[in-house]
Amino acid sequence: MSTMRLTLKVWRQASPEAKGEFRTYPVEADEHMSFLEMLDVVNEGLIAAGEEPIAFDHDCREGICGSCGMMINGKAHGPRAATTACQLHMRSFKDGDHILIEPFRASAFPVIRDLVVDRSSFDRIIQAGGYVSVGTGAAPDGNAILVPKEMAERAMDAAQCIGCGACVAACPNASAMLFTAAKVSHLAMLPQGQPERHRRVLGMVEQMDSEGFGGCTNFAECEAACPKQISIENIARMNRDFLKASLREREETGAGAVSN
Amino acid sequence: MTGAPDVPMQLDDRIPDGPLAEKWDRHRSALRLVSPANKRKYHVIVVGSGLAGASAAASLAELGYNVSCFCFQDSPRRAHSIAAQGGINAAKNYQNDGDSVERLFRDTIKGGDFRSREGNVYRLSQVSADIIDQCVAQGVPFAREYGGLLANRSFGGAQVSRTFYARGQTGQQLLIGAYQALERQIARGAVQMYTRHEMLDLVVIDGRARGIVVRDMVTGAIESHAGHDVVLATGGYGNVFYLSTNAKGCNVTAAFRAWKRGAGFANPSFTQIHPTCIPVSGEYQSKLTLMSESLRNDGRVWVPLKQDDTRLPRDIPDAERDYFLERKYPSFGNLAPRDIASRAAKEACDEGRGVGRGGLGVYLDFATAISRLGEDVIRERYANLFEMYERITGENPYQTPMRIYPAVHYTMGGTWVDYNLMSTLPGLHVIGEANFSDHGANRLGASALMQGLADGYFVLPYTIGDYIAGTKFAEVDTSHSAFAEAEQQVRDRTARLLAINGSRSVDSFHKELGKLMWDHCGMARSREGLELALRRIPELRAEFWADVRVLGSADTLNQSLEKAGRVADFMEFAELMCRDALEREESCGGHFRVEYQTPDGEALRNDDEFAHVAVWEYRGEGVPAKRNVEQLEFEFVQLATRSYK
Amino acid sequence: MNAIIGLWRSTIGKKIAMSLTGLLLVGFLISHMISNVLVFVDGASLDLYGAWLRGFGPLLWIPRLILLGAVVIHIAAAYQLSALARAGRGGSYRDHDRPASTYASRTMRWGGVLILVFIIFHILHYTVGIIHPDFRVGEVGRNLVRGMESKPVALFYLVSMIALGAHFLHGIWSVFQTLGINHPTWNRWRRGIAIGLTVLVAGGFASIPAAALLGWLR
Repeated sequence: MSTMRLTLKVWRQASPEAKGEFRTYPVEADEHMSFLEMLDVVNEGLIAAGEEPIAFDHDCREGICGSCGMMINGKAHGPRAATTACQLHMRSFKDGDHILIEPFRASAFPVIRDLVVDRSSFDRIIQAGGYVSVGTGAAPDGNAILVPKEMAERAMDAAQCIGCGACVAACPNASAMLFTAAKVSHLAMLPQGQPERHRRVLGMVEQMDSEGFGGCTNFAECEAACPKQISIENIARMNRDFLKASLREREETGAGAVSN
Repeated sequence: MTGAPDVPMQLDDRIPDGPLAEKWDRHRSALRLVSPANKRKYHVIVVGSGLAGASAAASLAELGYNVSCFCFQDSPRRAHSIAAQGGINAAKNYQNDGDSVERLFRDTIKGGDFRSREGNVYRLSQVSADIIDQCVAQGVPFAREYGGLLANRSFGGAQVSRTFYARGQTGQQLLIGAYQALERQIARGAVQMYTRHEMLDLVVIDGRARGIVVRDMVTGAIESHAGHDVVLATGGYGNVFYLSTNAKGCNVTAAFRAWKRGAGFANPSFTQIHPTCIPVSGEYQSKLTLMSESLRNDGRVWVPLKQDDTRLPRDIPDAERDYFLERKYPSFGNLAPRDIASRAAKEACDEGRGVGRGGLGVYLDFATAISRLGEDVIRERYANLFEMYERITGENPYQTPMRIYPAVHYTMGGTWVDYNLMSTLPGLHVIGEANFSDHGANRLGASALMQGLADGYFVLPYTIGDYIAGTKFAEVDTSHSAFAEAEQQVRDRTARLLAINGSRSVDSFHKELGKLMWDHCGMARSREGLELALRRIPELRAEFWADVRVLGSADTLNQSLEKAGRVADFMEFAELMCRDALEREESCGGHFRVEYQTPDGEALRNDDEFAHVAVWEYRGEGVPAKRNVEQLEFEFVQLATRSYK
Repeated sequence: MNAIIGLWRSTIGKKIAMSLTGLLLVGFLISHMISNVLVFVDGASLDLYGAWLRGFGPLLWIPRLILLGAVVIHIAAAYQLSALARAGRGGSYRDHDRPASTYASRTMRWGGVLILVFIIFHILHYTVGIIHPDFRVGEVGRNLVRGMESKPVALFYLVSMIALGAHFLHGIWSVFQTLGINHPTWNRWRRGIAIGLTVLVAGGFASIPAAALLGWLR
């Protein structure tokens, strides 16, 4: 077992309105700890010293719920590719390291406290069309819809998105294109998604833009930061669908309208 | 005897009469309906947004009910259903291997060690096929064959291939499907969604559940919500052990508050220990990560024959390895059910043959499968699981065997419900892992997702209408004094937690409680250990209320305060679990009492005295909870010793 | 028409507008570059080309206005997207590591501004001729050579062409992505085409000031 001494610089902000600041905390960590377990250790020390612990979102701690997310040394979820902060382990650091921890920053992700940000804009993007309109009970037999294996696999590649927001955090423009494109692509590649394909992309893009995310200028930082390695190929597909849908849309249908 | 007058708890299971295969159809046809025009007038409160909660909220909103849905996470998509890996069972018989509703039913009853209700389980098997259809239509990208048909695999404890899956992320994909259905209803205005809200009390008026009190976790505001029905879909209570595969936020608070308001709690000691988790690496460990059981399809479980063998696994020749599952259970081998596989691993470690740090681990070895099928095939099947293992442990499982150890995973116990999924409190329905109904004393792999979605999509939407249509509701809104009282109690409790300002953190108490429970109410339980735990828990609880340190205030985001409230409830709930374990003097499924075992160490059930559900009733502060009994009737299945040899 | 307005309102639509106007400008630059390198053949060939163009008379304003429109749309979209990006980012990070983006992609905005300044200079220099030391209508080849005699001017041309190259490199690759042309099998061609066109156009143009600086242009 190897112990390492680290110096953390952590963004502390008491409330959405408060002016935040970086505070420095020393910590002793074990190489087998997860990054969040290391923060737990810091927090135990803070509580003992009478300082409020660092607030950070986390839940499953196995890389799938998408709750956790923070900038670790300038990188969303830290230095290891395809790894969420909760699955990042301290063996990725070495004794004596300084680690800078900041919240994900974007106008559409306002800070609530410390490292906790409000990502409800993502839910609203899904509300604008990120679904198949099928009521409970109305489905045909599962095998009545044939899906080529390769398409199912590619849809799955996109559907793996955990909605953590690392794409937005890493993008110099704070664009939510990868998140939106992952959902658009997931459903666009499946037969089930075809009937609403155009209306979906129009509605979701409109919502995405209205949430105050920046536009995509093809930096590809999102793809590099994505813990699920979702490809920007999905963004290209969404662009294509959006262009087609925009040109074909008839005025009376009204993009983004929702019905039961 | 003190407390409430001794009226026995009403435990009518409401299982309809008639042949097993016709019960649900007949019942469904006989259920009362709420007219479409009136549904909008009924407000249903759904607490929780996992598979059960999201599917129920969406389906109820589609029907026309006015729904509010609450979750403590920042988005309904984060509920812990998302972490389920392996798959979802359904009696589709797509593989032509002889599966049927009947067989899934029998497997589930047997897997649950004959401690579940026939009627409920049969219905679960029946609707299982509809779930797959529904999810496919939603766009869940299930694994496919080259011809475009749905693929299946066999899964822990099953001899047919009835498990549908989406890589190792089936729970995620099913939850995203339900979440999308939910978001669609939110967009329509049919569901009002409250994220970052935690339910802290249930409000009962004139004997009916009529609302909840929640805390807005961002502003700290204590709010009341009134409705005609409250649906708890709040998951399991495995975090009473501190270390479990549950998400950090999983808790018993909603169910426990409902218990204190009169909802009976069934079989709290029935917890499932999952055999294939990554072992603990140190004191700082905050949670345990499950490796999908599907790994046991190709992995072989072994420990060294010798004690304290410190050689590297590759240096131990085959003759000096004990493939203990294959040895003990030749017909099921490495696919033995979860409780059996877990206990076998514990035994091997207790004998001093465990591997890894602290000797609490066994090998799960893929070398045979890799040499037979090639690394590419193994990679295709398990790549994401292998990567996850490598990320956590720093070891490459293609080259060296995985180390695994059992961990608390699922709780079969839960709020007691009848066939209509209603608790002993009228107007309180409980679905998914939060109820107790379908898994008996042990849940089969890939059946949790099935049950959560069955309840939410295909059972509750029918049965809730029967309750609403058959009830004359008094006009109630949040101005009723019961809401003010409940709110005040919540505020007082919060204030009390903040005022203690003792010396120990919430986590330190939680860890201590968890260790106590793991040692004495975990994989193997004894009278002596349980009695010790029952002495120690009240002491620990007293220490908690005297010495816990919760900093900050009640009117901001305060994660310590959230945790403190949950741990305070675990401190009480743990006692109920231990009492339940103590009074169930038999071994069945996940409940293994060392006093009740066969000479070769297998569980010894006592059907004469314990073929029943133990339903615990709250009787007031300081008064021991009362154990009531719902006798289980087995009309269609022969009670038999569960054998996987 | 509504579709066009709808497109323009969205961030994706603005990017599509940038792509299409960018492609038009690339097409113009290819032809412009080919005609320019005629200077290496002899001045007279360039003069002939210039005379041919002037032969169109007022009709020449049609392509000129189209090009001007493309430039205006390209810049307007760029300006709006930059403003949206700034607003979207909100506060800035203390540390923001950007491992994936290229130097070319990060310099699009300032590179674009430099190119705009260059275009204005270039038109005043060789089309209008008011900042030319000795501008004579019709003597295109001679004007070109004389205009390059000033070392600072030639150097400015050279630097501008490097900026144009960087702009091309990311811009052309970006066109594929924005117009939805992305397929793993063919993606290596996207980079290849971007590099090829960059070398051809920016290299072709840059050869003229480079030759002037080396004293090879007569």
